[in-house]
Amino acid sequence: MTVFVLVVLVWVVTSSAGWPRFHETFLSWPDAKKAFPDIARGFWTNVKMFLIAEPIILVIGILVAITRSTVSPWLTPLRGAAVLYTDLLRGVPTLLVVVLLALGVPALRLTGLTTSLFWLTLVALVLSYGAYVAEVVRSGIESIHPSQIASAQALALSRPQTMRHVVLPQALRRVAPPLLNDFVSLQKDTALVSAVGVSEALFAAQDYGNFNFNYTPLLVAGAFFVAITIPLARFTDWLGRRALRRQRG
Amino acid sequence: MSGPVLSARGLRKSYGDRVVLDGIDLDIHQHDVVCLIGSSGSGKSTLLRCLDLLEQIDDGVIELDGREVSDPHVDPRAVRREIGMVFQAYNLFPHLSVLDNCTLAPVRVHGTDRDEAESRSRELLTRFGLGDKASAHPDQLSGGQQQRAALVRALCTGPRVLLLDEITAALDPELVGEVLEMVRAEARAGMTMVLATHEMAFAREVATRVCFLDRGRILEQGPPEQLLTNPGEERTRQFLRRVLPS
Ligand SMILES: Nc1ncnc2c1ncn2[C@@H]1O[C@H](COP(=O)(O)OP(=O)(O)OP(=O)(O)O)[C@@H](O)[C@H]1O
Ligand SMILES: [Mg+2]
Repeated sequence: MTVFVLVVLVWVVTSSAGWPRFHETFLSWPDAKKAFPDIARGFWTNVKMFLIAEPIILVIGILVAITRSTVSPWLTPLRGAAVLYTDLLRGVPTLLVVVLLALGVPALRLTGLTTSLFWLTLVALVLSYGAYVAEVVRSGIESIHPSQIASAQALALSRPQTMRHVVLPQALRRVAPPLLNDFVSLQKDTALVSAVGVSEALFAAQDYGNFNFNYTPLLVAGAFFVAITIPLARFTDWLGRRALRRQRG
Repeated sequence: MSGPVLSARGLRKSYGDRVVLDGIDLDIHQHDVVCLIGSSGSGKSTLLRCLDLLEQIDDGVIELDGREVSDPHVDPRAVRREIGMVFQAYNLFPHLSVLDNCTLAPVRVHGTDRDEAESRSRELLTRFGLGDKASAHPDQLSGGQQQRAALVRALCTGPRVLLLDEITAALDPELVGEVLEMVRAEARAGMTMVLATHEMAFAREVATRVCFLDRGRILEQGPPEQLLTNPGEERTRQFLRRVLPS
């Protein structure tokens, strides 16, 4: 059945009026080969961004989530800031944050602040994804049974100790699959920084396309992303299944 | 004879408009085994939680060794270090092995050396028939084994008093016995305990004193043979008629 649908689909597409032209501009093997080195170099930038951003995002997400789940009245201003941060950055499109930081910060001409687009857009991704991850971690923290906290308190653990040794380890285990899902999505969203001219894979592909009027490199860039995100997704599934198996003992 | 280990005077606690504890006076002396009985919602759990300073009280005084600890200036953790508590369910930390559950508080709170904490925990686990479960995770244990492990964990810090809140209530009937056997052993060994329970036969057997709670008050208290067979109050009689097989 699937094969049949596929065959019909291929037939419909290849017999369309625009197919010869499409084939020429999007599926040209020589252009793919020519653009490949630039895109590969660009993609290394995507991977670098991902690798640097991911651990920072995780740390920020956890810190913000912990801040939001504190109860001490002393920390009310900090809690407010954490709520504002997550609400604001989850509400604003990531692309907008990228553009704002890349254009806005250099315009301020603050001494000591970097004007490197690589780092500015990296910060934008970190800020945006930090808010998402914070919410995921918070949902994990809130899913921990109150008896667990009561048990920790009854053992005379302090609140930070309870968070560190009882709540957080369980919460992170529980939200590992959605967290990894967010990271797959982050790897993809590193392409957003092409909007302000950081020469990553998508930018290199567009660049080539604009000069040579051939857009095959876009598909090449797509293949690069898929080559990373699909294994990441399978890895996520595997981790989720393993967690389930462990829970069932 | 010295004064009580733990005592409550005029304890009051309400949730919003609902008064849950209404003037509780209770003295727990060393080696006492006090059983709290009463219908659901009478305030047994709340009383135990207040004694462990897990709840803010509205009025009254709680004393540990004659020292007022309900004072807001007293660090509740200093009190909880001296008291062990086990709840109805979800006591053990599922991400830690049984041994790590047992050593967490000794190492992190009491500053015990890890090796020492581990050997003491293993010794207690072995004494209560869980020696081979030290490296197992809680979800690999039966409900009865889990509650026994929770009891061992509470004993690992060497508490002066043990507070047990219906620790067999969530268990299958055939698993209740092994947990009660462990409580019985601790009672015989002279552990001071306060336990909320629905197991009247067990209360009669181990209690040195039974307190009947009714709508947030201790309506009457006395030795088990007297209170459980010949109570002074009509409401106690009604309660016992409902829970005791005639
Ligand atoms: N956190 C809370 N917020 C509001 N009401 C509460 C809370 N905890 C307990 N209560 C109320 O306080 C009353 C006493 O509850 P408690 O759990 O102490 O009773 P109990 O004697 O232990 O009952 P059971 O035998 O069912 O365990 C109940 O009416 C309950 O609804
Ligand atoms: Mg109760």
